[in-house]
Amino acid sequence: MPSKEVMSLLRESALPHIWCAGCGHGIVLHSLLRAMVDLKLDPTKTVMTSGIGCSSRIPGYVNVCSLHTTHGRSLAFATGVKLANPELTVIAAMGDGDCAAIGGNHFIHACRRNIDICAIVMNNNIYGMTGGQASPTTPEGAMSTTSPYGQLEPQFDLCKLAVGAGATYVARATVAQPKAIEGYIKKGIQKKGFAVIEVVTYCHTQFGRKNRRPRPIDNIEWLRNNSVPISKAKEMSEEELRGKIVVGEFVDIERPEYVERYLQLVEQLGGRR
Amino acid sequence: MTMGNCRKVAFWQGNTAVAMGAIAAGCRFYAGYPITPSTEIAEVMAEELPKVGGRFIQMEDEIGSMAAALGASVAGLKSMTATSGPGMSLKLENIGYGYMTEIPVVVVNVQRGGPSTGLPTKASQSDVMQARWGTHGDYAAIAVAPSSVQECYELTVYAFNLSERFRQPVIVLTDEIVGHMRERIEVPDPSSLTIVNRKRPTVPPSEYLPYKADPEDDVPPMASFGDGYRWYLTGITHDERGLPATANPKKCDEKVRRIIRKVMRFKDEIVRWDGEGLEDARVVVFSYGSVSRTALSAVRQMRSRGVKVGHFRPITLWPFPEEQLKACAPEAKFFVVPELNAGQMVLEVERVVGRRAEVLSITSVNGELFQPSDIARVIEEVA
Repeated sequence: MPSKEVMSLLRESALPHIWCAGCGHGIVLHSLLRAMVDLKLDPTKTVMTSGIGCSSRIPGYVNVCSLHTTHGRSLAFATGVKLANPELTVIAAMGDGDCAAIGGNHFIHACRRNIDICAIVMNNNIYGMTGGQASPTTPEGAMSTTSPYGQLEPQFDLCKLAVGAGATYVARATVAQPKAIEGYIKKGIQKKGFAVIEVVTYCHTQFGRKNRRPRPIDNIEWLRNNSVPISKAKEMSEEELRGKIVVGEFVDIERPEYVERYLQLVEQLGGRR
Repeated sequence: MTMGNCRKVAFWQGNTAVAMGAIAAGCRFYAGYPITPSTEIAEVMAEELPKVGGRFIQMEDEIGSMAAALGASVAGLKSMTATSGPGMSLKLENIGYGYMTEIPVVVVNVQRGGPSTGLPTKASQSDVMQARWGTHGDYAAIAVAPSSVQECYELTVYAFNLSERFRQPVIVLTDEIVGHMRERIEVPDPSSLTIVNRKRPTVPPSEYLPYKADPEDDVPPMASFGDGYRWYLTGITHDERGLPATANPKKCDEKVRRIIRKVMRFKDEIVRWDGEGLEDARVVVFSYGSVSRTALSAVRQMRSRGVKVGHFRPITLWPFPEEQLKACAPEAKFFVVPELNAGQMVLEVERVVGRRAEVLSITSVNGELFQPSDIARVIEEVA
């Protein structure tokens, strides 16, 4: 059972949630709430943004300042919020299509800018809300309604993308590792800079049914059996890593943060911060 | 404006006046993306905003600029973005988000020829219907159309005031001519300006309903993120709590009708227009923005020759000054509508006066301006 503190962070009026019974997104939500409780975040100074999709309903369920925006634009709205009021803790939720397809441009530029936002990408490898279409993270060969003969395109590695684009904290966990998700989110929120936490979750309804993992437990087991810690992955060949999910922390570095730099400029010019 | 309220006289281009007007109105956030012929607005904001403690950010695209401006407004800063045709097309989805979630923001469209890349360095008025109907769904648009550098400044202040008062996006529709033209401007003393700020909630956070409108104006008080109120904004049609209400037709109806009503019930307070020689006019030239400068010259020329011709200039294009146009020239038998497009606002003129007078459209879509003689010739034909 979730703790009393966790329950107190839920926006009860927005419940019940829209997610299917057994959806992996619930594990992400609970992990996030535990991280928030642990960090003692002031909900009135915490902002959650999102785009469109099943994952993007998450800010509605968290009783903070919640901004459910347009498809792909979670980070662009979050950028405006953070720059306008740097005191706020800003958490940007996204789905895989939201982040890597329609919102891909905002994603790489938020990484490059190194703006103090914690991005949580809930990657279930599919457009679930619209009924199971292929996304940029749908594995090659996987079945979806728009890849009825198997996905032809290779998938994005969101963590590599984030590292390449300049994010200062990048980590990946699967929903088979709720404690790891919680820990990474905590570090991501505390990071002074752009943090990306990719949570590999699942959609048993729209992806699993077409790919021989129809029950939630099939997916959790699959994720557990196919995850490789980053330390071990370093010793494995590309061939051995095919189809595996590398989990762990990819980057944790320091680099000047954008809003801080902008405020320094304001001060230099004699403007009021 | 009297010189008594004037802080200084400057020689600015319209784009500079828009930027300086925005800062005078209290704008402290600008997000933009370079595009001709609006780029100077971003350049001035990049230079000036940090000096007054504001924030400028060059976003990765037009969509992101619109989003960031809206986000900043929710976090409590008066915000603006500026663009031109192709960029405006890209911003439209998020402008719709602004209507639905009721976020004040000012969007400047320095119009250029279209469709598509069109005529990047030439003036046009072909986005006037886009300003009204551009984003999908039902809403009441507000758009102002400056015709001088002075008006670029003053109407940007006005746009901010309307945006704050009605809690919604307001569009400033200039064009390449007004944007790049340099002329004398009397920059007002800031203390002489009327500045409107959004209504803030007065109830304790536990009682705050973000979309419960005050009955006297249909506008809900707006909290900012970070000031103690926790609330939920969504582009999904929502109830007074801000929560999705798609399964509740009554709530959906209430929401959409209210965001239209909150503007339209005050349209006579919003509408601005000016006129000349209308009392006895048999012919009325209806024009706006940069074209009104040419049109007025033609009207005065013909007046001096004894032709009973007047000029009607809508300053707010949306809401359309319907009653004002209807009443402006009881004798008029002809309305002449020159526009730098294939005939857009003329449809409104026809709707309003078309039953009692003949409406003639003069159009240009090649990026060239009218000569006063182009308009004078039509006046002469019908006079």
